Amino acid sequence: MNTGAPAIVLDKVNKWFGALHVLRDVSLTVGQGEKVVVCGPSGSGKSTMIRCINRLETHQEGRIVVDGTELTDDLRALDTIRREVGMVFQSFNLFPHLTILENCTLAPIWVRKMPKAEAEALAMSYLERVKIPEQAKKYPGQLSGGQQQRVAIARALCMRPKIMLFDEPTSALDPEMIKEVLDTMISLAESGMTMVCVTHEMGFARQVADRVVFMDRGEIVESGPPLRMFEAPETDRLKLFLGQILRGH
Amino acid sequence: MWLRVNLFNTWLSTAVTLALGYVILRAGIAAVEWGVVRAVWEVPYGPTGIADTASCQSAKGSGACWAIIADKYRLILFGRFPYDQQWRPAIVVLLFVALFALSTVRAVWRRGLQTRLIQRAAIAGAMLIVLDNLADFLALIAQIGFGLDVLRSFSLLFSVLATLNFIGKWVLTLGLLFLWPAIGVWVATLAVIGMLMFGGVLGLTPVAVDYWGGLPITLILATFGLAFAFPLAILVALGRRSTEMPAVKTLCVVYVELIRGVPLISVLFMASVMFPLFMPPGINIDKLLRAQIAVILFAAAYLAEVVRGGLQALPKGQSEAADAMGLSYWQKTAFIILPQALRLVIPPLVNTFIGFFKDTSLVLIIGIFDLLTMGKVALSDPPWQSFSTEIYVALAVVYILFCYGMSRYSRGLERELNSARGR
Repeated sequence: MNTGAPAIVLDKVNKWFGALHVLRDVSLTVGQGEKVVVCGPSGSGKSTMIRCINRLETHQEGRIVVDGTELTDDLRALDTIRREVGMVFQSFNLFPHLTILENCTLAPIWVRKMPKAEAEALAMSYLERVKIPEQAKKYPGQLSGGQQQRVAIARALCMRPKIMLFDEPTSALDPEMIKEVLDTMISLAESGMTMVCVTHEMGFARQVADRVVFMDRGEIVESGPPLRMFEAPETDRLKLFLGQILRGH
Repeated sequence: MWLRVNLFNTWLSTAVTLALGYVILRAGIAAVEWGVVRAVWEVPYGPTGIADTASCQSAKGSGACWAIIADKYRLILFGRFPYDQQWRPAIVVLLFVALFALSTVRAVWRRGLQTRLIQRAAIAGAMLIVLDNLADFLALIAQIGFGLDVLRSFSLLFSVLATLNFIGKWVLTLGLLFLWPAIGVWVATLAVIGMLMFGGVLGLTPVAVDYWGGLPITLILATFGLAFAFPLAILVALGRRSTEMPAVKTLCVVYVELIRGVPLISVLFMASVMFPLFMPPGINIDKLLRAQIAVILFAAAYLAEVVRGGLQALPKGQSEAADAMGLSYWQKTAFIILPQALRLVIPPLVNTFIGFFKDTSLVLIIGIFDLLTMGKVALSDPPWQSFSTEIYVALAVVYILFCYGMSRYSRGLERELNSARGR
């Protein structure tokens, strides 16, 4: 589905936390409608990379262009990009003092300046899509982890983003709840959304990813279609990683 | 059954229960005997109006002399406010209590009718007020700095501005009543309180601030003090956590550390003695106002640290989620950060509020007569000089009423907010 201008371009991105070099010359192009799964051992920089895409972290060298807008210190460019990029976190990060519905309508009302009634109708339609419309009046603390993560996905979708970032969305979930979240993500992928997803769910990667990117020690070591990556890894580091993952499962 | 389980379940607890029960019973009996049974409620007055406190003197040590309260309560509550006008501070106290009571109702704090027209009208009203005050300020500077009597040469302009200011105040108050009913009620009530205390309008005799005293002073200092200190504290706390504006951050740190590092008494002294020395001659800011500003600045520094504690307790993910959704800094702060941070710090916040309500009594050292000071003044009357216990018991009751009210409200608020989140 690689048509038109790329959705995300990372060009020789470098980042340091103090003396620690966490991103080394990372270059990655994500086409529109493409689904990219990023995997790698913990501390490999995959979360940092995805967080650079909507500037929750700032990069120090290189260029990041999202949806045709380059990420710089320009705040207006940042606002534009954040409006078009939705993010789902490992720890859900729902707002505990707001109801599920209010969680979903806050940004459309205040960022998109949408009338309240319209925002609520939109939120309800996305809550139906993630299959929890009946929880709309409850607070996040009253929901299970899987339900909370699905709300988080609906909340991000309510901004009608062009790109969705997932930062280990199932890592904080109990095993029996992982499937409901993955199903939601699969149906989202089928709708043609551009997705960058940091995850260790290899089944999910096989099913929806156009491309898998393997990172280790801050650099992209290998990338390719999921089948080729999993069946015929080229580098030793990926072989080692896959071995560990498969043994763990 | 409850008694058995909680008080008499073992030999040891039975013994402790009996011993403590005996102490409490004896203390209670002694208190009732002193305060009620043997108390003197009235004393005869001589032909010159001087109280004959012989009956109190003879009861001293065994019975309370409540006659002193009957004799002095108006002096203590209202200070040297003209005697025949004391209904005014009395209404002021009632208005304050009504305002506090009304403010505890959560429904009052809902948003009102937010229409563009009313918003614009309120802003216009506020601008008229600012305009007039700005013009007066400039005129004052011109007079002091250059000896120009601008006020007289452009008297027509200034009277028009004053009229606009008056209209602006009405428009702003009415507008606020519609936009944010609670804030409107506060502004309107405080305006009425000011009118009643100052007088000079609607046929009320003007009363100089020097004659104010007692409970209204305590309530004014505490209410205005905390009402202004709290928003200031929030700004300072946010400023101190700012990463993008190092100058603002330094300023906030210096402010908090400077104010926290000195006792309130010295801040009050500076406000009353040193501050006028720095002012150009001709400018005379009222003593009560200076004390009020000192209290605000002092309370804000302490409250800022409490608020900062709440800000730091919030998980970083909350802020990141708001950022990722594209909310601006102020939207994020108003809708996500502050509602949660302030909720976390309700107990220490109310702790500080209660502390400052009582600390306002320190203004006695700069010659402002608050409730506690008036108690001391009442004791200086020769016939009553030896009955300080009764006065201080009565004052303690008044302070306890207000402070207990605050802590009751905060507990109710915590319960309500937590139950709403399903905790």
